[in-house]
Amino acid sequence: MAKRVAIVGTGQTFHKSHRPDVNGQELINEAVRRALADADLKMKDIDAIVIGNMDHFEGINYVDCWSVDGSGATMKPIIKLTTGGTTGCTVAIGGYHLVGSGMFDRVLIIGWEKNSESDTTGAITTAFDPVWDRLVFAGAISGLAAEAQAYIARYGASERDGARVSVRDRKHAMNNPHAQLRKEVTLDEVLASPMLADPIHLLDVCPRSDGACAVIMASEDVAEKICPKPDWIWATASRHSYSYLGDADYGRLTSMREGSQELWKKAGIKEPRKELDVIELYQPYSFGGLIWIEDMGIVGPGEAPRYIWDGNTDMGGELPINPSGGVIATNPIGATGLIRCAEAAMQVMGKAEGRQVPDVNFAFSSGFGGCWWTDMILHGKKKPK
Amino acid sequence: MTQTENIIIESGDAVQPFSYSVGMHGSKFFTELRDNRRFMAVKCPKCKKVYIPPRGVCGECFVEMKDWVEVGPQGVIGTFTILRFAFIDPETGAQKPVPYGYGFIKFDGADTLFQHYISVEDETKIKIGARVEPVFSKDRKGTIRDIEYFKVID
Ligand SMILES: [Zn+2]
Repeated sequence: MAKRVAIVGTGQTFHKSHRPDVNGQELINEAVRRALADADLKMKDIDAIVIGNMDHFEGINYVDCWSVDGSGATMKPIIKLTTGGTTGCTVAIGGYHLVGSGMFDRVLIIGWEKNSESDTTGAITTAFDPVWDRLVFAGAISGLAAEAQAYIARYGASERDGARVSVRDRKHAMNNPHAQLRKEVTLDEVLASPMLADPIHLLDVCPRSDGACAVIMASEDVAEKICPKPDWIWATASRHSYSYLGDADYGRLTSMREGSQELWKKAGIKEPRKELDVIELYQPYSFGGLIWIEDMGIVGPGEAPRYIWDGNTDMGGELPINPSGGVIATNPIGATGLIRCAEAAMQVMGKAEGRQVPDVNFAFSSGFGGCWWTDMILHGKKKPK
Repeated sequence: MTQTENIIIESGDAVQPFSYSVGMHGSKFFTELRDNRRFMAVKCPKCKKVYIPPRGVCGECFVEMKDWVEVGPQGVIGTFTILRFAFIDPETGAQKPVPYGYGFIKFDGADTLFQHYISVEDETKIKIGARVEPVFSKDRKGTIRDIEYFKVID
């Protein structure tokens, strides 16, 4: 990599289930202005823009074109990246590559979605094979339910173990003024909420949101001039694994396992549980909070329930997960992965306010797509060697 | 300002002209299913993994696959869920009848899972590892609906 890269500013909207007061372009503009203000930069300082969402959710393609007034991309280089649920993390990785290449010093990265503008399940279905996948498929929840079912059967976990993760994230969301759902729930409330698809209850899953997020990345030549304590990007990884939904190893997230192994290797991390200080996991449902931290190597297979019941991932615990309340509290899909990245950056920069974890050296953020894709970023306080 | 009327993109009685190829492997699969009620899978010459749905390339080895093997028709439930929330089926525009069993079937002899309905007549029987067999449609047309559903036979 020619240049080291750091995040020097972030901005996000106050996420809601429905934002009829703004159109897509105006929503994007809110996040962009906040990120510029956070970095104390003007639009003229930005060299290039990366933007993304999941087109099908609004039924409007080419956001890179129609949003230019709001995104600030008028007469600037802009590229759209869209990879489904992982989009928000993918745009960040794309921005990292642009800055790292040495061709652009300051890149603005935008993820956004107005999920209120169409039918989410119908739109997600268009991401799957029309001949082999669509007959029985029922949107993101059906695949996730099959994963949770397999994990429960393989390791003897329970619906209660999943509910504990949801209780954690919804409690954490109380500290985040940007979160959409800010209401604490009890274990019994999660388990008594309607069963959507066995074993997933309504309160185990994310909502759908309108929201946008923007992140500014800068090369090592200018980063510390913009921001005295930037968030350095140590490594990124991205994995996709299959063609049809039946190809996955249900009960394990292979893409997370392979991607995180690459991340730890690149950064020289031997024991992620001890070396990471905070995680912002793209975790759209509670059971993912069990399964996927095992695939990351935080704990061994089947060990996540015990680790989480012991409070290790709560605020104040050994390794807090989702101080922001995570995806279960807020899910504007094309922005969701980038919100994880921004929240992790804020933790490293000491800007996370009421949800700050003390003394963060390494933070992890990820993206996830319903097709069992995962991408991820390792953030650090120190400049990488 | 809230827009009170939704914008609906529709074309009267016209049908959207989506026309998907199933490819050479898909054609053999659906022809065998329709004419002989057989499930044809394809085996990787390198890693020996047996794929269903059949396809031209093993992604892990990145080699062409030509060796056909018959799998099933019985198998076990690899994983499953029971869908209980109502939603609009984008394929038909109508509400999908719930509850329904969503099965990932591991055919005897196959290494990947095949998605289809599982009968939920007796929910207590639907478990990972339960043996299942297909119920075929009487009027088969060479589509995935040539199987009506799978049922637990334990
Ligand atoms: Zn192979």
